[in-house]
Amino acid sequence: MTQYTYGTALREGFRHLLANHKDVFAIGQGLWSPWYVGSSMKDLDKEFGKDRVIDTPVSEAATTGLAAGSGLCNYRPIVIHPRMDFMVLAADPMVNQAAKWSHMLGGQAHPAVTIRGIINRGGQQGAQHSQALHSWYAHIPGLKVVMPATVADARDLLIASTLCDDPVLFIDDRWLYDQTDELPDSKDVSLHDIKPQVLREGSEITLVGAGHATLLNLKAAEMLKQGGLDAEVIDLRVINPLEYDTVVESVKKTGRLLVTDGSWETCGLAGEIIAGATERVPLNHFKCNPVRMSLPHAPAPTSGPLEEVYYYNEEDIVQRVHDMMNGRVKAKGPSSFEMTL
Amino acid sequence: MFTETLELGKLADPAEFREKLNIAGEDPTLLKEELRMMTLIRKAEEKIGDMINEGQIQCPCHLTIGQEAIAAGVARHLRKTDRAFGTHRSHGHYLAPGNSVHGLFAEILGKATGCSKGMGGSMHLYGGESGFVGSVPIVAGTVSMAVGGGLAAKMDNKQENGKNSWDVGVTYFGDGAAEEGSVHESLNFASVFKIPVLFVCENNLFSSHLHINYRQSNDLVSRFAMAHNVNYRVVDGNDVVAVAKATKELLDVARAGEGPGFLEVVTYRWRGHVGPREDIDVGLKRGEELQHWKLRDPIKRLFEALEAEGHMSEKDFAALNEDVATEVNKAWEQAEKDPYPETSQLLTAVYATPKGGH
Ligand SMILES: Cc1ncc(C[n+]2csc(CCOP(=O)(O)OP(=O)(O)O)c2C)c(N)n1
Repeated sequence: MTQYTYGTALREGFRHLLANHKDVFAIGQGLWSPWYVGSSMKDLDKEFGKDRVIDTPVSEAATTGLAAGSGLCNYRPIVIHPRMDFMVLAADPMVNQAAKWSHMLGGQAHPAVTIRGIINRGGQQGAQHSQALHSWYAHIPGLKVVMPATVADARDLLIASTLCDDPVLFIDDRWLYDQTDELPDSKDVSLHDIKPQVLREGSEITLVGAGHATLLNLKAAEMLKQGGLDAEVIDLRVINPLEYDTVVESVKKTGRLLVTDGSWETCGLAGEIIAGATERVPLNHFKCNPVRMSLPHAPAPTSGPLEEVYYYNEEDIVQRVHDMMNGRVKAKGPSSFEMTL
Repeated sequence: MFTETLELGKLADPAEFREKLNIAGEDPTLLKEELRMMTLIRKAEEKIGDMINEGQIQCPCHLTIGQEAIAAGVARHLRKTDRAFGTHRSHGHYLAPGNSVHGLFAEILGKATGCSKGMGGSMHLYGGESGFVGSVPIVAGTVSMAVGGGLAAKMDNKQENGKNSWDVGVTYFGDGAAEEGSVHESLNFASVFKIPVLFVCENNLFSSHLHINYRQSNDLVSRFAMAHNVNYRVVDGNDVVAVAKATKELLDVARAGEGPGFLEVVTYRWRGHVGPREDIDVGLKRGEELQHWKLRDPIKRLFEALEAEGHMSEKDFAALNEDVATEVNKAWEQAEKDPYPETSQLLTAVYATPKGGH
């Protein structure tokens, strides 16, 4: 067993792939920089050469498109977008191209490309350096979307995504990088085997999330335990395609569902999970209405005190759980429609 | 100056262009104002750098120290009705047309009195009254938007003495931005539709940690203007006179309705990509080169010219520096005292409605 942080586990995933799979290469902005992607790719260019670990011009669209093209021609590129906001410039190669090729060409052409989009927010960086756009991409048939929350998954889902023949969006979050864990040696992993997992068993309420939201849920569950409340925590891991069985089984048991999401509410992941669960769990199992927690309906502010209230934390989750247990879920804030009135 | 070869040549060589500026035929009063503006930009940013080091500033700040002549020189020929757009590195672009230092500092501190009401920080500055429509950090994001500002000005069709006297769009961007596809689409568009827009490419040879030699086949970004039949000039970006002169030549054409202009201004940033460090350990040759580039100081070279022509003494220059330092310190102290926005402001400006819209 070796001690890793989430950041160094990512690096170990890259190392495993580059060392064992000749068809893998990594390409993206900052790969030769000492600071761009934190500890997650440090010195890979020195270890594997600048031909396989490629720093690029400021050209997200072309970089992603060419990776999708190489992915159709016997390679398994991993494109790195140091910030998900910049990845928006690469929407065409991801959404119109990579996601569609298999289906529109009769299942005969598979761009085996992994696109790593990093959620990197906080620190008063503001609206164009803060977005968590996973729900957008999870909307697209043909584009798998994974969100590792744990140290083990940082490494193993990167390996699984890269070895998958489909285009995969792999989303990690800088707020997770300091998590630590001991891991066994790395090995090849199949994305097909990856399903939502119960990270903590409980009987009174089900907390569901993905990525950083899972970490908050785990912290909240620990706090709830101190107060004598038994919460089950489910980490979704793969948000497209979505497997509902794990959530459904849990909600049948607990009768309460709280979904937390690190992004906005409208047409988002939290609403999707609640919809999917309520379609599948008989209504008489529910002891209260399902609840979702997400960001305020606004871009990220920079001002310190506003940023402070913009992001919720584990204590806010605990508070919401207590409200649910006591049957006094407060009325929500203004809807996006009301804000324009 | 037109370059014949597709390379910057001397312009990228820090051993060149160190002597005092040539100010023959220039208005000394105007030059002194520009000297003051450049000093203000530098001192304001030195203050920002110090305050980052002291832990007073949290938001990321990209400093333009060393590149001050560009904002000052371009601004000389801009109107308040023009539409200028900036980038992540836009403190100078914001200050040059006369926006307040206090508004900048308060914005960086996230105060309600900031130029964007504390919602944007260093990378999102607003100065609409001065013709500075806004700056944002998505690289190349505003280039096409400035073409849109120019298109709107073309539709306005402003006339003077029976001739076109169009307002213009202005887009400041770096050599790195030229690697984004939308810059090329914008050049083509502006050229075909003869849109009055000035593309100002601040070629400081770096994008983050990477020297241009690693990112482009050649260091002359204007080759893209040539490809689209856009008028271009390539000048020493650390020479406010040369910048202003080239700006005027290009703007005269654009305002007359005869097509856009591309101004490539060659320069170097003295600090790291972000924050106050010099980053001499980062990137190709930077450690060596920076010391040389500091000798191509846009402020010192202008002062030396003014001094040589008898328009300014050492003593005058010291007084100017002191005066600017006082202005900067006062602005900082005020910004520190100012209030933060109410948390309700988080939700009030997301849409124009109901305040401004239908
Ligand atoms: C679309 C996009 N991609 C990447 C970045 C990250 N980034 C911020 S500034 C920068 C460097 C840009 O270099 P240049 O345009 O030359 O401007 P300079 O920093 O030299 O002023 C990069 C790559 C970004 N902000 N937006």
